[in-house]
Formats: sequence, structure tokens, C-alpha cells
Amino acid sequence: MSDLKQELKEKIITQLNLEDIAIDEIADNDSLFGDGLGLDSIDALELIVMLDKDYGIKLTDPKEGKKIFESIEVMSNYITTHRTK
Amino acid sequence: MEKVFINSIGSISAQKTFDNNDFLEEITTYEDNVISAIEPNYKDFIPPAAARRMAKGIKMGVVAAKIAIEEANLTNVDAIITGTGMGCVRDSEKFVTAILDNQEQFLTPTSFIQSTHNTVAGQIALGIGCKGYNFTYVHSSVSFESALLDALMQLQTKEAENILIGGVDESGEHTNAIHKLIHHIKPEKINSNKLLQSNTEGAVFGEGANFFVLSNNKQNSSYAQILGVKTFNTLPQSELATNLEEFLKNNNLSVDDIDVLISGNNGDLNFDNYYLELSKGLFKNTQQVYYKHLSGEFNTASSFGFWVGAKILKSQHIPSEITLNTIKSKGFGTVLLYNQYRGKNHSFTLLRQC
Repeated sequence: MSDLKQELKEKIITQLNLEDIAIDEIADNDSLFGDGLGLDSIDALELIVMLDKDYGIKLTDPKEGKKIFESIEVMSNYITTHRTK
Repeated sequence: MEKVFINSIGSISAQKTFDNNDFLEEITTYEDNVISAIEPNYKDFIPPAAARRMAKGIKMGVVAAKIAIEEANLTNVDAIITGTGMGCVRDSEKFVTAILDNQEQFLTPTSFIQSTHNTVAGQIALGIGCKGYNFTYVHSSVSFESALLDALMQLQTKEAENILIGGVDESGEHTNAIHKLIHHIKPEKINSNKLLQSNTEGAVFGEGANFFVLSNNKQNSSYAQILGVKTFNTLPQSELATNLEEFLKNNNLSVDDIDVLISGNNGDLNFDNYYLELSKGLFKNTQQVYYKHLSGEFNTASSFGFWVGAKILKSQHIPSEITLNTIKSKGFGTVLLYNQYRGKNHSFTLLRQC
């Protein structure tokens, strides 16, 4: 597992208080929303702030989030391409 | 006017009080100036998905409410009325700290959403699907009594049949640090059993949630009848006794009718005089009980005193750990609670065996 993917899983568990979920229970291609991890719209806002604060990525169009937060794999690829810090 | 009964209770405190079958049988003694609530396994009461955004105060409130609703053999209530002095102070501290640390940037929504004073009453309503009256009183140490008074009036006038009321406050690290600075929290660590002998200023702070279903209908689970409640924002010590006698008279009672005085002493050198005024004056021949050495002081600590009163009347037993004097009543028919914090926000509450 790449360092970034591992880091994202750790951050998601900590920042979204997913106390009952272990890092190895989140597969890289699992859906983060809906039937996967079951995240909701408030979590999406938390993730948008996390992208801005930790990776310098500002999402101006909230609709972008739907694609970017599809899975850890997709998030990781997007951050690698667009990060400014 | 309709009679009003306490039909059930639910308590989370610095003692193991979440099992309604016990009445302070196992006492936890502390040596500290801030004490924490003993928590149940929240997963037994709240689905993990709902619990993950709840701070301690919300979890304590939701679980205490669930225990009370279940004991009353109900699935819903007509109204939910809570009292809290500081609301969800942990989430308030969290988002204010984030504002400062991040120069007003990168603010996340969860702690802000969960930080309001009405969050506990709101989460209880969401959990049981209660679309009725939902209100939270924020009024320092009469927050709980304000909720009680509202429920009492609604039930006496038959505007509702079953009302869930509660007092809830959680301890916040930053808030406690400020209270230590201004000596509202004792500078030294105190053994719980020696609280009233501390002879220093300030109190030992605590936290907790105490919920009750009040109803017009007496049932097997009922603990006591509520006769009356009165609150005062300001009340000079010199007028305490006369106001209390007036309150008793308005309820067709006199000092001799009170079997137990439940007193909110917190060991603060500067303000326990109010309690001494009654314990050494009007009630010097009455059995007396105190409880803040077990619960700690917080804005709704008097809801723990209310829990103690309800338990005494139902069990007809007073655990030795809460006795304040050596006088023994023959039975426990009528109980008076008196509370104040730092000389303000006084309350008298009268309970009767049912």
C-alpha cells in the first residue's frame, strides 16, 4: 500500500471518528459513500476541508467531490496530481 | 390541577448509577478537583453510525434518556425538555480552538453542528422520533429546575401526559482550566469524603446526565410525586429561611413536615453558608443528605440531587455515604431539595412518596 493511501485511511478514520473500523478493513477500491463506508454529506464537507488544509487543494465545484471521493484509490490519484503541499 | 409523578429515572454520573436496580451500593471515591462520569458501554444503547459524531455530553444524555423512557415502559413522549448550563462544551471548545489554530481557515462542520445547547434534546428526539415540544433551558444552576417547572406546568394543566426532562452537562478541558484560574475549582485535590471539611474556596467539578419521565399517571415504576419547585436568581442569605417557609406554606407544609433535606453543599468556603443557614437553622432537627461529593459540581448537578430524592422515596432507604447528620427520620414521606451555586440561582424542590 502506498504511503499516501495509508495516510488517507488513517485520516479518514481519525477525522470522521470511525472508531470501529481498522485501516486494513478499508480496501483501496471500496466506495467511501453509500454501500461502502457509509459516509454522508457532512463527511464530504470534512473531506473537502481536509484536502484544502493538508494538501492545498481547493475544490471550487462541490460536484467534483462526488468523483474525487469515490474511493481511496481515486482520492490518492487526484491528490498526487493536484497537491500543492 | 393534575398530580405529577416521577415515573422513571436514568442517570449517568461520577458514580455507577446507570443501573436502576442499584442505589449507590458501590461508591467510587475520588482524590481530585475535577471528576468524570462513569460511562456505560454506549454501543449497547446507540448505533455506532449515530454515536460517532456525539461528544460525551450527548452520549450521556441520549443514554440516560433511553434508560428513563424504557423504565417508564414507553417508546415515545409528548415533550422533551432539557436543562444545561454549558451545553455541548467539548465541541464548542473544539471548533473555537480550530478557528484560532487555523487563522479562521479550514473550519469543519461537525463540531459546530454538535455544539449547540439543544443538541442533546434534538438527538433524543431524532432517536425516538418525537415531533413534540422540544426545549432546552440554559440558566446556570437552575437550568434543570427551569425544565422541571416547564414540565410541571404542562402536566398540571394536562397539556401533556408524559414528558421527558433531564439535566446534562459535560466537562470541558479548556473551560475547567479557566475555572481553575479564577478559583471556581478548588486549587487542591480533595478526597470525596472530606469535601465539606476542605475549608477552601471553589468546588470539585463534575459532569453527568440525569433524566426522568414525568407523568400525570402513577404506575408501578413511579418513584415520587412532585409537589412544587421554585427558583430565585438572587436571594440574600438573610431572606433564605423566610422564602423557604413561604414556599412550604404555599404547598400546605411546614418545616416539621419535611422528613429529609437534600442539600447541594459543594464545600466552597465562600458559599456553603447558605446551606448552613438551613442545616443549622430551620432544619437542625431534620435528617439531612448531601450528594455533590459523589457527583461533583456542575450547572445541572441538582438533577443528581433530584435523582437521589426520587431514589430515597421509592426505596425508603438512605445510603450511609450521603448522610449529613445523625438524625434519623421514622420514614421518608416528604423530601425537600435546596440548591444554589456561588450564592445565585437558588432552587427549592418538593417531592412526596407516592
